[in-house]
Amino acid sequence: MSSLATVDEHVSATPAKTIQPVWVRVMHWTNAVAMVLMILSGWQIYNASPLFGFSFPREYTLGGWLGGGLLWHFAAMWLLMINGLAYLVTGFASGRFRKKLLPITPSGVLHDVRAALTFKLSHDDLSVYNYVQRALYAGIILVGVLIVLSGLSMWKPVQLYYLVKLFGDYPTARYVHFFCMAAICAFLVIHVLLALLVPKSLRAMIIGR
Amino acid sequence: MAKRSFLIPGVDKRLLIKDSIKTMPDVTRRRFIAGGASLGALTLLTGCDVVDSSSADALLAKISKFNDAVQDFIFNPDALAPTFSESEITKPFPFNAYYDLDDAPEVDGDAWKLEVRGLVDNKKSWTLPELTKLPQVTQITRHICVEGWSAIGSWTGTPLRDFLKLIGADTRAKYVWFQCADKDGYNSPLDMRTALHPQTQMTFKYAGETLPRAYGFPMKIRVPTKLGFKNPKYVVSMEVTNEYKGGYWEDQGYNSFSGS
Repeated sequence: MSSLATVDEHVSATPAKTIQPVWVRVMHWTNAVAMVLMILSGWQIYNASPLFGFSFPREYTLGGWLGGGLLWHFAAMWLLMINGLAYLVTGFASGRFRKKLLPITPSGVLHDVRAALTFKLSHDDLSVYNYVQRALYAGIILVGVLIVLSGLSMWKPVQLYYLVKLFGDYPTARYVHFFCMAAICAFLVIHVLLALLVPKSLRAMIIGR
Repeated sequence: MAKRSFLIPGVDKRLLIKDSIKTMPDVTRRRFIAGGASLGALTLLTGCDVVDSSSADALLAKISKFNDAVQDFIFNPDALAPTFSESEITKPFPFNAYYDLDDAPEVDGDAWKLEVRGLVDNKKSWTLPELTKLPQVTQITRHICVEGWSAIGSWTGTPLRDFLKLIGADTRAKYVWFQCADKDGYNSPLDMRTALHPQTQMTFKYAGETLPRAYGFPMKIRVPTKLGFKNPKYVVSMEVTNEYKGGYWEDQGYNSFSGS
């Protein structure tokens, strides 16, 4: 009943139903820019001392050399953190996280994954997230929090010593930071692919409807 | 990699880089090649922009200055870097510089003197025996490199703040500026609050032995609250000053505060 009432309110407030409110759209695209800058400059920094037996192709790194990569990384981090923090606060305060992302049940996720893989998942109502979306969006928010915390640990391992403790030690925080990046890249591939498969979801993230 | 890209119409990127290398002075060339010889690095070195990025560079430099202020603000002079047990020491502790170990400065300890300049009462130079007579402490801390790797080592020496007091340094000054024996003249400024940090040390020993050439004989400045490049080795002079004199890496774009 309560969800019906909210829908009614929306309909009466705006002639066409807004799927993505303006604050979500602004923060989404700000985050997209910040994330890409962080990833490309992060790859530059990784290449200075690779954790594994590979480096990222120089064509896909930002900054030209380690010093340049660091300048980009420590500039874009402000955009990422301020925007991310504003998103978390607004998401919780407006009730959007609760309304859109909950509940997440294992059976629901399993059901929708199966439906998605057989192309039977309905996208008729974009204002309601299916269980795959809920799990992915909630998961990537957690990864986002983790990558910022591990990043801060590496940036200020003495001043923010309690944060480092959370991960164990400095080298572990570095690995956590790397795997969070990997998770975000994997998310990005799936996210972009799905948006292209359902173009009206991309439209909703740009013009709102 | 058969595909060739043309950022300037009609100019092959790789040929441009090759030709540019030939025109560079020796030191620049080595650094450029070590840096991966990319178009981005070329742009950075020459300031000649293929894509106009000078305004981006200016903005990034401004944000880096802002980050200096933020780091200075959150720096807690009483927060100690974590210490470790002897069994946790990284063996072997890595040698790291922009040159090979064979090219590292070879300082004659008998002839060496630490020169003291600037805002200090007593500007006398110090010989190695004079310095090593001062009370020493040992710390086992993590050295964190700007490249991301880290290693735990054991350093023994005199807290810099004790020495600054001894020579009557004006500790209200902004920086202690170190110069080193490295070729190309390595130098680095250290903000006074960090210079006065209890763990900032004039180091004469590594793992209980006289500091080896690889780690900066005869003296390095161990600063566990800074990245490795702000831990100068082969130090020949220190100057207490209010003037920001830049540093070897700082001038090339590494963040100047680079605190940890």
